[in-house]
Amino acid sequence: MSAEKANAVERLACTAARLMKGRTTVFIGTGVPMLAASLARALYAPSLIPVFEFGGVGSTLERLPLAVGESNSFRRGVAAMGICDVMEAAQRGVVRDGFLGGAQIDPYGNLNTTVIGPYGAPAVRLPGSGGANDVGSLCWRTIIIMKHERKRFVPKVDFLTTPGYLDGPGARERAGLPPETGPYRVVTDLAVFDFEPTSKRMRLIALNPGETVERVVAETGFPFPVAAKVARNADPTALELKTLRLKIDPEKVFL
Amino acid sequence: MTTIRKPVCSDCGWLETRTAADGRSLRFCVKHGMPRSAVDLLSEPCSDFRPLETTKTFPAQAPLPPPSPPLAPPPLFQPPDPDGFRRFLRDEKDFSLRPKLMTEREAVKRFIHSGDYVGFELYGTVRCPLSVVREVVRQRVGGLRLLGQGLMDADFLIASGLVSQLDITYVGYEAYGLSPILRRAVERGAIELAEWSNAAITWRMKAAAMGLPFLPARSMLGTDTLARSPAKTMKDPFTGMELTLLPALVLDTAVIHVHRADKFGNCQIDGISGFAVEMSRACKRLIVSAEEIVDTEVFRRKPERTVIPYFLVDAVVEAPFGAHPGETCGAYRRDEPHIKSYLEATRSEEATRKYLDETVHGVKDHAGYLKRVGASRLRALKVRPDER
Repeated sequence: MSAEKANAVERLACTAARLMKGRTTVFIGTGVPMLAASLARALYAPSLIPVFEFGGVGSTLERLPLAVGESNSFRRGVAAMGICDVMEAAQRGVVRDGFLGGAQIDPYGNLNTTVIGPYGAPAVRLPGSGGANDVGSLCWRTIIIMKHERKRFVPKVDFLTTPGYLDGPGARERAGLPPETGPYRVVTDLAVFDFEPTSKRMRLIALNPGETVERVVAETGFPFPVAAKVARNADPTALELKTLRLKIDPEKVFL
Repeated sequence: MTTIRKPVCSDCGWLETRTAADGRSLRFCVKHGMPRSAVDLLSEPCSDFRPLETTKTFPAQAPLPPPSPPLAPPPLFQPPDPDGFRRFLRDEKDFSLRPKLMTEREAVKRFIHSGDYVGFELYGTVRCPLSVVREVVRQRVGGLRLLGQGLMDADFLIASGLVSQLDITYVGYEAYGLSPILRRAVERGAIELAEWSNAAITWRMKAAAMGLPFLPARSMLGTDTLARSPAKTMKDPFTGMELTLLPALVLDTAVIHVHRADKFGNCQIDGISGFAVEMSRACKRLIVSAEEIVDTEVFRRKPERTVIPYFLVDAVVEAPFGAHPGETCGAYRRDEPHIKSYLEATRSEEATRKYLDETVHGVKDHAGYLKRVGASRLRALKVRPDER
């Protein structure tokens, strides 16, 4: 295995995979979450239960799904159901972690996948919520995976597609969303954030190797608190990279 | 009385004490449940055990921008009418066991009219009844109101100017990105939109399937997705919880592609069923296209496998490779080169038109389409039993 440096996507996948542990049910969206779940299952979470929105449950993920409804999302799974089974399970509290991406994120972890610019005259029409709003509303915890760019980390999202902590502490509960839910981590190619318990704002808790707080500040469009002790994420291991590159995505669809 | 609290991990809610080989007591996050070799990848005890302290905000806290003006909700494109639906099912629907085999042309002519509210069942490029969609485009049935958990169906119809209103949840190509056709139409203001989530649109059909005017749900609350949808909220009289009310959605005509059907319309689907169950029960007319037509005995032998019973169905169309260039799980893969070249074409209106001229208007019917794609290419897409 060449000691080739990990690229941004590989870094994201490794950090996210390390958040997928043991016997958890994880709701998997398209892209990096699929890579991360496949990596976690292959290396250190063999009893992970991946759930895909169109009905695939418990796939072994030996073959990488490329879309949330394709055969590999339920290949060698424990159940092939429908969208209602999965979404209703999330609504009654069965699905623990939801993994999501987005075009824009704000300090409260709200996500936009609907429009860039004003709704009535958009600069870019994006695909829309899909299952993202349901994942962000109904799973116990949401883990957001994003590329860290200033234009994506904005003070206010152009359109609030998927709820984070809305406009601060207590806002989710006031809106009627299930209590004790909300964003848990934001994983980027530069750093990892949690949400400060009192303000519910994104807080820097870990940096990727070689990255600095200054670099993160420069790439973030809003101020954020920094944890007293900022951890260092370990570099992707040779085994992780080998598994990702040779076993999981040899055709480089996502990598 | 003092309560002894177990050490609680904010990550998994539970820590477990185990004795290590050297006699040390270690607290493990139970959720890890991982092989020993993986220990170095995950800190122990769980790193989330101690809440982190914040020292500084960097840079200093700035106020958030002022809230933008509230978004006006769009109208309900297909208002619920449970009693009307009941009467329709009593007076207009023929439940007799009769053969319903017909061509795409006849099915579209009889059951899809301009101005109708229509929906095509699919997930991404999977199991989309594209042979019927292409026929709708060929017959230029316009002014359609469309259920927008869609993809190539929505693309073809929007590019041909046949859609006036769209209940949108997701129109995009996942790993391959946005739909340029949707972008052009929306950015130009050519279609009216209402936003929903995937669960919401499915539960709207479930409400209709249950014969109800609405279903309450806990999705969409507090977001612009709700503000830009005609859904409403209310306080639940039992618990006081705030809920989203999703209006029932009865489609004028639904189209579903299945693995196998008999001539009467009994259907089996292999693998996940998406929202086929809800949609087949939430429509006035149902067109089914099937990879193969089989004998009714197949269903009588395994009635538990029937996803759609015949009496829900109005037309059965035999459409092998009916989801091409998309896939039908377990039968054939999606045609990646075709989809890539299609996506390339969608970048400009002219190339899109050319694509549709060649693949839709340039052929007479689905058989003509398949011939154009080529038998050897189709054969190569087939999934062998050992590949499943």
